[in-house]
Amino acid sequence: MSDSAKEDIQLLIEDIHLDFGGLKALNGVSASVRKGEIFSIIGPNGAGKTSLLNCINRFYTPSKGKILFEGHDLLKYKPHKISTLGIARTFQNVELFKYMTVLDNIKLGRHIHLKSGFLSGGIYYGKTRREEIELREEIEEKIIDFLEIEHIRKSIVHTLPFGMQKRVELGRALAMKPKILLLDEPAAGMNLEETEDIVRFILDINEEWGVTIILIEHDMGVVMDISDRVCVLDFGEKIAEGKPDQVRRDEHVIKAYLGQADLTLSRLGA
Amino acid sequence: MRSGDFKEDYIKDEAIFQSVFVKFWLGLFFVFLVLFPFAANIHMLYIANLIGFAVIGAVGLNLLTGFTGQISLGHAAFLGVGAYASAILITRCGFSFWLSVPLAGLVSALAGFLIGLPSLRVKGLYLCIATLASQFIFGFIFVHWESMTNGITGIHIPPPSIGDFKFDTERKFYWITLVSVILAVGYARNLVRSKMGRAFMAIRDRDLAAEIMGINLFRYKLSSFAISSFYAGVAGALWVSFLKVVTPEHFPFLLSIEYLAMIIVGGLGSVLGSIFGAIFMTLVPETLSVLSDIVKEMAPGWENLIIPFKEVVFGFLIVGFLVFEPHGLVEIWNRIKKFFILWPFSY
Ligand SMILES: Nc1ncnc2c1ncn2[C@@H]1O[C@H](COP(=O)(O)OP(=O)(O)OP(=O)(O)O)[C@@H](O)[C@H]1O
Ligand SMILES: [Mg+2]
Repeated sequence: MSDSAKEDIQLLIEDIHLDFGGLKALNGVSASVRKGEIFSIIGPNGAGKTSLLNCINRFYTPSKGKILFEGHDLLKYKPHKISTLGIARTFQNVELFKYMTVLDNIKLGRHIHLKSGFLSGGIYYGKTRREEIELREEIEEKIIDFLEIEHIRKSIVHTLPFGMQKRVELGRALAMKPKILLLDEPAAGMNLEETEDIVRFILDINEEWGVTIILIEHDMGVVMDISDRVCVLDFGEKIAEGKPDQVRRDEHVIKAYLGQADLTLSRLGA
Repeated sequence: MRSGDFKEDYIKDEAIFQSVFVKFWLGLFFVFLVLFPFAANIHMLYIANLIGFAVIGAVGLNLLTGFTGQISLGHAAFLGVGAYASAILITRCGFSFWLSVPLAGLVSALAGFLIGLPSLRVKGLYLCIATLASQFIFGFIFVHWESMTNGITGIHIPPPSIGDFKFDTERKFYWITLVSVILAVGYARNLVRSKMGRAFMAIRDRDLAAEIMGINLFRYKLSSFAISSFYAGVAGALWVSFLKVVTPEHFPFLLSIEYLAMIIVGGLGSVLGSIFGAIFMTLVPETLSVLSDIVKEMAPGWENLIIPFKEVVFGFLIVGFLVFEPHGLVEIWNRIKKFFILWPFSY
């Protein structure tokens, strides 16, 4: 690797081991994600993809290994401090605040950027009022507009269809002003049209907002289309990494996917 | 492109009272509150004061339980801490009532902070039991720390005063209660629509996602305990200054249950709901005693059956609301509001 490429590395994952009882969910996984790229993680069910994101988020603590984000050793951080570094995330099964409105959910994304406390918040005058109105304006213009969710802004989240909830969750992550965005199967359970929308959003976020993206996705069409690089996990180990074209032809990858009924070679695009 | 009009819209949308309907009725209600003491008799004013204390206590409990999702079975204990703190500050340290009330709130907040400490480790039922323990620990202290609390005899408290003016009647005390309630409700209403209130609700709905947003669970749960107990402490301090006496019997476990009943009946996670609940649950025993008077007239001897009904009625109300109207009275109000929203201002 050349020196300039090294400098570009934003997230460095080194030799991560994670066990659940006897099960090795991650077994010495290393990867490096460059600033500004779309880095996809694929692999069969139970390969350890979500677990890897959970390590980055500090929900899980690996038994061995290192994770560096822009020079910060993430394993030294508490989960709630991760967002302050500029790391945002969405979840495979949607982790929204179910009984709150879409607007409040997205406002919560801004939490760390707001200043009001228990005194100024309760008095809600001057600075706090201005802060709340500015917040509303920014969210309306940059996020609600962008994700085309004006019509549901006042809806309570749990009343929305799953696809819409995923979109709201993306909005909430964007509200955090992230430098890197971890997306866990953003298109799962979506129809063709919804998937196209989500892909368009991801590309825009990456290109126009300059946000690095780590994408876990089972839809191979999407992955092969938009990724700069792809990393393949199987049984907690990395079996391949490279440009979509290389990965597609890799024999380990083909073998790993042959075991799976629902992900045939044709879906790999080979 | 966005025009100035949009900005106006957001400002309006973020305002505390949004529709003309709400503003109109709120204005009318305020006029009623101000005129009330001139028209009401002593008994009605007595009840009005009790409702006021209940509103402050219920709003406090709702911040903790309804908004932050931390169930507390020891709310009465924090009323007690505030009540005793202010009584002791007034009678032993020579503090004025006006200073003793906020200080009582702070002492109670500190107690709430300490009781909240286990909340990061334990959740749900286990937290319930931890807060229940606080009920009995403080109850024990009120009775047995005799050098400070005078044990079961309690402490007599002089009425609040400004110069020579004494707030020694229900009618005069009403003004203290009214101003306190307005401050307490206004603060809570604002808090829940700003950063801190949203963080509370996030913890209630999904603590894992709240952490991803950068919310420090420990800090916010403790803040919620402290603020909630501050409210309880102020309510307790006002209450016993109004009664002019404090004894351990004022803060039984049943009072904690009554507060839970208020916020369940009124509406969990709603400031307005806390108010409805406090009014409703204070009026229930009143209605029962009026009922028992009527029964006494008509069938002497049977009235004794009605009074113990209070607990039974509370029990039925809690279960009934949980089953049939889990969002409480405030939901019924919202339905009525929707129905009338354009009336009498339909345009
Ligand atoms: N909290 C946990 N406790 C026990 N085992 C776990 C836990 N989390 C994950 N695992 C196990 O670790 C392995 C990897 O799980 P993970 O969720 O990371 O897979 P994945 O690649 O995201 O799969 P999918 O495509 O189905 O989402 C699985 O065998 C899973 O059962
Ligand atoms: Mg997964």
